[in-house]
Amino acid sequence: MTHEHDFADTGFLDTTDQSTAIDRAALDQLEAIAERYPVKRSALMPMLHFVQAIDKRVSPAGVEAIAKILEITEAQVQGVATFYTMYKRRPAGRHHIGVCTTALCAVMGGDLLLEQVEQTLGIAPGETTEDGMFSLEKVECNAACDFAPVMMVNWEFMDNMTPEKAEQLLDDLAKGRDVTSTRGPVLTSWADNERVLAGIPDGKANDGPSAGEPSLEGVKIATAKGWSGIPKGVRS
Amino acid sequence: MTLTPILTRNWGTERSWTLAAYQAQGGYKAAKKAFKMTPEQVMNEVKDSQLRGRGGAGFPTGLKWSFVPKDNPNPRYLVVNADESEPGTCKDIPLLMASPHTLLEGVIISAYAINAHTAFIYIRGEVVHPIRRMQQAVQEAYDAGLLGKKILGSGFDLDVIVHAGAGAYICGEETALLNSLEGRRGQPRLRPPFPAVAGLYASPTVINNVESIASVPSIIEYGKDWFAAMGTEKSKGFTIYSLSGHVKRPGQYEAPLGVTMRQLLELAGGIRDGHQLKFFTPGGSSTPILTADDLDVPLDYEGLAAKGTMLGTKAMQVFDETTSVVRTTLRWVEFYEHESCGKCTPCREGNWWLGQLLAKLEAGKGEEGDVDKLLQVVDTIAGKSFCPLAEGALACVTSAVQHFRDEFEVGYHTPAWEHLPYELSAVFTVPGKEDEQ
Repeated sequence: MTHEHDFADTGFLDTTDQSTAIDRAALDQLEAIAERYPVKRSALMPMLHFVQAIDKRVSPAGVEAIAKILEITEAQVQGVATFYTMYKRRPAGRHHIGVCTTALCAVMGGDLLLEQVEQTLGIAPGETTEDGMFSLEKVECNAACDFAPVMMVNWEFMDNMTPEKAEQLLDDLAKGRDVTSTRGPVLTSWADNERVLAGIPDGKANDGPSAGEPSLEGVKIATAKGWSGIPKGVRS
Repeated sequence: MTLTPILTRNWGTERSWTLAAYQAQGGYKAAKKAFKMTPEQVMNEVKDSQLRGRGGAGFPTGLKWSFVPKDNPNPRYLVVNADESEPGTCKDIPLLMASPHTLLEGVIISAYAINAHTAFIYIRGEVVHPIRRMQQAVQEAYDAGLLGKKILGSGFDLDVIVHAGAGAYICGEETALLNSLEGRRGQPRLRPPFPAVAGLYASPTVINNVESIASVPSIIEYGKDWFAAMGTEKSKGFTIYSLSGHVKRPGQYEAPLGVTMRQLLELAGGIRDGHQLKFFTPGGSSTPILTADDLDVPLDYEGLAAKGTMLGTKAMQVFDETTSVVRTTLRWVEFYEHESCGKCTPCREGNWWLGQLLAKLEAGKGEEGDVDKLLQVVDTIAGKSFCPLAEGALACVTSAVQHFRDEFEVGYHTPAWEHLPYELSAVFTVPGKEDEQ
């Protein structure tokens, strides 16, 4: 069985699933997030990310907890949750796969990659596999156009994708082998990364390179030709 | 023409994202220098450098700062717009990842200039690793006394909060970003009042793009005259040009404003082998497209305005002759349709109608007159929405029809994928489909 999880396509909170893993420690964490801001309602988005880290979706219990802490209505929390595409109505997979199909990536191969991923996983965008391992999303431009065509796993970059690389990626993830983002750490899970988006560091900032090759093209040429932007005589 | 790496110059160095590496190459010298100046002097230095906003609109940065009223008793806020989402735009995210301290030093200097004691860096949510690097940079700065109370012994206090978005292009529009940062739906606000007067929490707020703020330390360190000596008459300084698509070496090329597409293409190795340029965007998909006839137009604010387009985010998406312009336009329109916040009916419904018409044309099921109908729908949207999102959608449609009307009319009888087989524009060969190539 597969199910749709994006608010954008399916409406409001799923109240048929009342399950939650939010405990006292999680509530304390939500309160700590609220205290970061001069006006606590500003914490609503990171708090929603945190709820997803715990409950794998925006759960009714999460909405209730946030509303209580921020002293706003549950409808106000839901109004925000349903506006942004990264908030999920139904549990996302352990690994959330994004394939960029905005114009440039689509033209350069993104459409073909999406077709392939759909076939391999047996799900359509907006769905999660039966075993909960993968969910799939057609993503809009992810600010990595010089690495096109681009895929994202758990919002980590998988640059310059090809059908072979995509096949290998999905196979490795399915079998629990280590997969390293082309510009980031070894992939763990979508829920783990939701914690980072909630502002809770995971100690992996030093993983991965400083930049991918395309980011350095201009600098490489300038270095080879002895070109510099800073004034002569200044040590850089 | 030579490239002028300034913001990008340390991107490839060992552990470039760390405080130690940044300081080893002279980082935070500009902040120290700024604290020896008055806030007014810092503001004037930036104003006189003639730095213009690098996030798309090109508004003079120092002038924007000067709009913050001096007599307003509310706290002031600095907000960095790192919601980089304009199709084709890919310069801020690598900066956050490779050199978050460049941005942070800019934040410190800019906050000092406008007397803000709290700054926010709003980063789109779909890029976890750059967010990690920025979070760590902020923590390192607190630990080193570069943030917090009396930073660098100056008596100036500053807190910085890194905030992750959750997937909404519209939050790149500054008033929508403020709503989002307040924990609301990201929908634009009516102006006036402008954010400088009533922005975040109805307090005076300055919002600048990552690249604009990141340019500030170099202006303070090397001076307004150094900065203004680069570029063209009204477009001063250097900027990052982002090349993507069917070029041999896509990537980031930092150069003085006013270089031409011919020069950039040459540096990028030209169009991929055996192909020719068909069209390109000068500044992301919201800027009208150009063709091979425009290779010598100076890529600055005025040069592109004279050609009826815009510098935008300086994001050149390059497409060769295998590309269907109908398909590309449809996909851009679908992007705007998806990202419309829904506030204004002409944008919300109009983009949907544009998508319907373009999908018909792509499938070869268009009817005589559909191209004119497309332009009529454009007219019903143009100038009738709150924010520039809708105008961006129209820019690609009108310019594509203007340059390639014949190709749209092919859609009256032939599917775009038959007219220009899609496999040919992919950068890889698809197993089982080699024969078609």
